[in-house]
Amino acid sequence: MTGPTEPAPDRPAVVGRGRLGRWRDQAVALGWLVVVWSLLWGDITWANLVGGLLVGGAVLVFFPLPAVSFGGRLRPRALLVFAGRFAVELVSASLHIARIAVQPGYRPRGAIIAVRLRVPTDLILALTAEAVSLVPGTLILEVDRDAGTLYLHVLDTHGPADLDVARDRTLVVEQRIVRAVGSTAEVRRVETTSPQKGTRP
Amino acid sequence: MIATIADWLGAGSLVAGALLSLAAGVGVLRFPDALSRMHAATKPQVLGVLLLLLGIALRLRTPTDLGMILLVAVFQLSTAPVAAQMIGRAAYRSGRLDRGLLDADELAERGPGSGSAGPA
Repeated sequence: MTGPTEPAPDRPAVVGRGRLGRWRDQAVALGWLVVVWSLLWGDITWANLVGGLLVGGAVLVFFPLPAVSFGGRLRPRALLVFAGRFAVELVSASLHIARIAVQPGYRPRGAIIAVRLRVPTDLILALTAEAVSLVPGTLILEVDRDAGTLYLHVLDTHGPADLDVARDRTLVVEQRIVRAVGSTAEVRRVETTSPQKGTRP
Repeated sequence: MIATIADWLGAGSLVAGALLSLAAGVGVLRFPDALSRMHAATKPQVLGVLLLLLGIALRLRTPTDLGMILLVAVFQLSTAPVAAQMIGRAAYRSGRLDRGLLDADELAERGPGSGSAGPA
């Protein structure tokens, strides 16, 4: 998804870094699979390590995934902020849904809204879609990958104001994710674009 | 002393998780259409499972089980939204939703045929 709209400040280096980056991504994926394998077996032994390497390698060879470009770097503090807010919102969203589920005679209304993300890379799009489904009363219905737009179902709306609230919340989630894992350019784009602008397609 | 506290916290987490899972089940039964039901099947259900796992972790307290529990939690968090999205998308495309309950539908405004979502 590196279309012509993508700014190309690092285009010259991309050829040399592309292959290296792909090897690094594969190594990270293999490491993760080995960890999963060891956890599934319950303890870390040499046999599990070798078995994990074999199984992980086979998985990567036989089920190749499209490359996800990870251009940013992890920022531990922003990651903690995101995780903390995520936990708080997961609890409040769950209690809210649980409450309207058991409230007698209540029929919640809903709405489907479109939210255009400011950083429409695959990674940010996927992470935001996952996080948004779990937290603020919204659920992903459709992803327009080319336009970088998420279509969300919002539950328990009481009018147009609630739609704007849901839209802003989604963009705030995106902002937290970009702050945690995005590249410097993406962070700048998120910080400079106001949440009100460019939200409607 | 600490073991007793952990036991009680674990018991509390188990009860809270069970209650949330119950509320999720009630929501799936009671909500009017498929899209609302998927809300109940993601948020309270995921938190319910996480609380149950926390309760189990606080009672078991052995590293082997903790690793397995962590793995269950990670996969629960990462797969539940995907499953919900697939079901919600199928429900929308096959028209199984109650339009009388929708305040807005910006997906319909997109117009037919304007770009498939691809493998996302």
